[in-house]
Amino acid sequence: MTFAKYMGAAAVLALSAGFAQAQDLRIGLQEDPDVLDPDQSRTFVGRIVYASLCDKLVDITPDLEIIPMLATGWSWNDDGTVLTMTLRDDVVFHDGTPFNAEAVAANIDRSKNLETSRRKSEVRSIESWNVIDEFTIEMTLAAPDATLIAQFADRSGMMLSPAAFNEAGEDFGLNPVCAGPFSFSERIQQDRIVLDKFEDYYRADEIAFDSVTFLPIPDTTVRLANLRAGDLDMLERLAATDVGSAEADAGLQLERATSLGYQGITINVGNGPRAENPLGSNADVREALSLAIDRAVLNQVVFEGAFAPGNQPYSPTSPWYNASFPVPERDVEAARALLAEAGFADGVAIEVQVPNNPVQTQVMQVIQAMAGEAGITIELASKEFATLLADQSAGEYTASQIGWSGRVDPDGNIHQFMTTGGGINDSKYSNESMDQLLNDARLSTDPAVRRESYNAAIALQQEDFPIIYLYHQVWIWALDDSMQGFTPYPDGMIRLHGVTQAE
Amino acid sequence: MLTFLARRILIAIPTIILISIFVFGLQNLLPGDPILVMAGEERDPQVIEALREKYRLNDPIPIQYFAWAGNALQGDLGISLRTQQPVLELIGEKLPVTIQLAVMALIIAMVIGIPAGVISAYKKGTWIDWVANVIALSGLSVPNFWLGIMLILLVSVQLGWLPASGYQPLAEDPLQSIRTMLMPAFVLGTALAATLMRHTRSAMLTVLQSDYVRTARAKGLKEQTVLTTHALRNALVPVVTVTTLLFGELLAGAVLTEQIFTIPGFGKLVVDAVFNRDYAVVQGIILCTGVAFIAMNILADATYRVLNPRMTST
Repeated sequence: MTFAKYMGAAAVLALSAGFAQAQDLRIGLQEDPDVLDPDQSRTFVGRIVYASLCDKLVDITPDLEIIPMLATGWSWNDDGTVLTMTLRDDVVFHDGTPFNAEAVAANIDRSKNLETSRRKSEVRSIESWNVIDEFTIEMTLAAPDATLIAQFADRSGMMLSPAAFNEAGEDFGLNPVCAGPFSFSERIQQDRIVLDKFEDYYRADEIAFDSVTFLPIPDTTVRLANLRAGDLDMLERLAATDVGSAEADAGLQLERATSLGYQGITINVGNGPRAENPLGSNADVREALSLAIDRAVLNQVVFEGAFAPGNQPYSPTSPWYNASFPVPERDVEAARALLAEAGFADGVAIEVQVPNNPVQTQVMQVIQAMAGEAGITIELASKEFATLLADQSAGEYTASQIGWSGRVDPDGNIHQFMTTGGGINDSKYSNESMDQLLNDARLSTDPAVRRESYNAAIALQQEDFPIIYLYHQVWIWALDDSMQGFTPYPDGMIRLHGVTQAE
Repeated sequence: MLTFLARRILIAIPTIILISIFVFGLQNLLPGDPILVMAGEERDPQVIEALREKYRLNDPIPIQYFAWAGNALQGDLGISLRTQQPVLELIGEKLPVTIQLAVMALIIAMVIGIPAGVISAYKKGTWIDWVANVIALSGLSVPNFWLGIMLILLVSVQLGWLPASGYQPLAEDPLQSIRTMLMPAFVLGTALAATLMRHTRSAMLTVLQSDYVRTARAKGLKEQTVLTTHALRNALVPVVTVTTLLFGELLAGAVLTEQIFTIPGFGKLVVDAVFNRDYAVVQGIILCTGVAFIAMNILADATYRVLNPRMTST
C-alpha cells in the first residue's frame, strides 16, 4: 500500500469507525498468517482467515461428512476415474465476476501448474478436466483417488477469481479475491487482517457482521487478557493451562473440538547412518518406549487433562480409529522385558530432538522421566523448528518430537508418512504390506472397504512403530458471553455462518 | 559544522556496506533451511526446487549478495518469503510504529531519569539518594515481560483504563494511538530511566565538585541557577551520548515489549523473520537499523557541539 492510499484508507476508517465498531467481529489468532493465497499458503492459521474469505467446492460437517458448498453435487463413474461436479449458479466473486465451470477449471489449472503452488500433491491425481456446460465440470483421474473430494474441502477447493489471479499472478495473496462471505479489505502484517462483509454473497442472510478483524496475538496470556478486557470477541487456541481460569470467568464461554492432527515421536528407522542404533533398528525397543509412556499422565501434567491421549494417526473419537488397539496403559515391566528380549537388558540411550518451545519441551521432559524408569535414557536436543525440520528431513536425527496438523481424509494422516518414498516419510520406513494397504485404500470410494485397509495398516503400525503417537490437540475457543451460534469443528476453523452477537 | 557532518556521512558509507556483508554472511551460517519451512507441511520436492530458483538460493552466496546489493541501491530490498510483501513497504509500515514507541519511551525515561539523577546527586548520601537509587535499580531489574503482563492485567483487565494491546496509527486517531502505546512505552521507559538516572547522577557528581561550580556558588548565585545553568548543562554531555545510543537500540525494536503488547514494530518483524528464515526481511531491517544507529551517532556528536561549543575544534 502506498503512503497516499494508506492515509486514504485511514481517513475512511476514521470516518466510519463510530458505525463499524458495533458490528465488527474481532478474533484473536495465535500467529500471523503467511501469504493469503490459498494456492501458495502453508499455515494452519491462514486457513482460519480463509474460512471467512474463500468458499470451497465442498465443506465438512462437525462429524467430518462432506457436504456441498460451491458445488451442489458430484458423482463418480463406475471405475472411479471420472468425477462430475455440478455447481451453484448464483455465486459471484468479490470482484463481481461470475463463478462457473470455467472458473473451476482455471482454479484447478492454477493449483496444479502455478510454479510455486503448494497444492500440487493434493490435486496430482487430476489428469484432465472438461467444462460440460456453464455449471458442470468433469475431472478425469489417472487412477481412482478417494481422497480428492476431501481435498476440495480445504485449500485446493477454494475458488479464487480467475480475473484477479490472471492479473496479479504470484502476487495474488497481497489482495486476494475469492467468493466467501467476506472480502479482503486491508492487512498490516503482524497487526491485523480486516475483511468486509460481501453484500452479494449467496448466503448473505447467514452473516451477521459488517466486518471481521483478525488480530494475531501470539502470547496466550495476553490473548486471553484482551478477550477479558473486551478488546476481542473471541480467540482461538486457548492454552490448556488457561482453561481453568477461563471457565471460572462468567463473562466467557469455551468451545472445544478434538483436532484432526496428532503429536508424536517420529523415529529414524532407515534415513541414513543415524538410523543405526537400538531404537532405529529394533521395533521391540520402539514398542518398549511406547509402553513406558503414561499418556494419560502426560496429558494431565502438561495440558491439565484438556487434550486427548492417543496412539494412532487418528484420535480415539475419529471414525477411522482402530478400536482393537486402544490407548495402552503404561507398563514399565513389559517395557523392560521387551528391552531384555531385544538384547538390551542394561537399557539403551537415545537422543530425541524437540522444538525449543516451552510446551513441547515439557512434553519431552515428562517422557524422558517416564522412559528413564524403564531403562531408556533420553537425551533431549532442543532445536529451533526450522533447524529441527532440516535435520529431520536430512536424516540427521535419531528421533524427533513433531506433529501433523491433520487432514479430513484418513489418507492425509498416514499415506505420506508410512509408504515407501512418501514425501514426508522422514523415518524412511518401508514395508511392502503397508504400501499395498495404503495404496489400496486410495482406490475405493466405499468407506467400508477403506476402513478395512486402514484397520490393517494401523495393526502393522502397532508392530513396527516408525512413529509413536502421543496425543491429539484439542482446539479450544474462548468467546465473549455475548457470542451465539458458534459451532466447533475438528478442523479448527472458525465458520461465521449463523454466528451472532447480542447487543 | 558542515565539513564535520560531510566527513561523518562519508565514513558511514563503508560501515553500512560492511554491516550488510556481515549480516548476509551470518544469515547463511544459520542452521535450518528457509525453503523447507516455506514449502509447507507436505514439502513437495517440485515446489522446493521452484522456490529455490525464485529466491535465487541456488546461486553462490557472493552472487546472491551482489544481486541483493544491486537491487538495494535502486531502492528494491526484495520481497518477504513469508508474505510476499515488498520489504521496503514492510519497513515503511513498521518504522513509524517503532519511532513512535521509541520516542514515547524515551520521553518517559528522560522525564523520570534525568531529574531523579540530578536530585540524587545533589542529595548524595541522604535517604533521598537511596530511595531514588532503589527505584531506579528496580526499574532496571524488573523484567519487561513480567511488568507488561502485570500492567495489562491491572490497567486493562481490572480497571479497563487502557486497551490491552494492539496498535492504532497516529494519523488515524492520535489520542487512541497514544493510549495504546502508553503501557508499552512505560514498560520500556522505566527500564531506560534507570540507566539515564545512573549516568546523570555520576556526571552531576563530577561536575558539582568542579572549580567553576564552586566559583558560581561563591558569586552568590541561587542554588537552582547553579544546578540547572552551570552544572546540568555540562553534565548532560555524557547523558546525551547514552540517550542517543538508547534511542538507536529502541529503533532496532523492543522485541519482548512489542511481542507482549502486540505492537507491529521492527522487533516483532525481525523475530518472526529470523524464525522463518525470511532472509530478505532480516537483511532489510538490519540495513535500516544500521543506518538509523549511525544517524543517531552523528546527531549525538552534533548535539555535543551545540551543548559545549569548545568541542567544535575537535
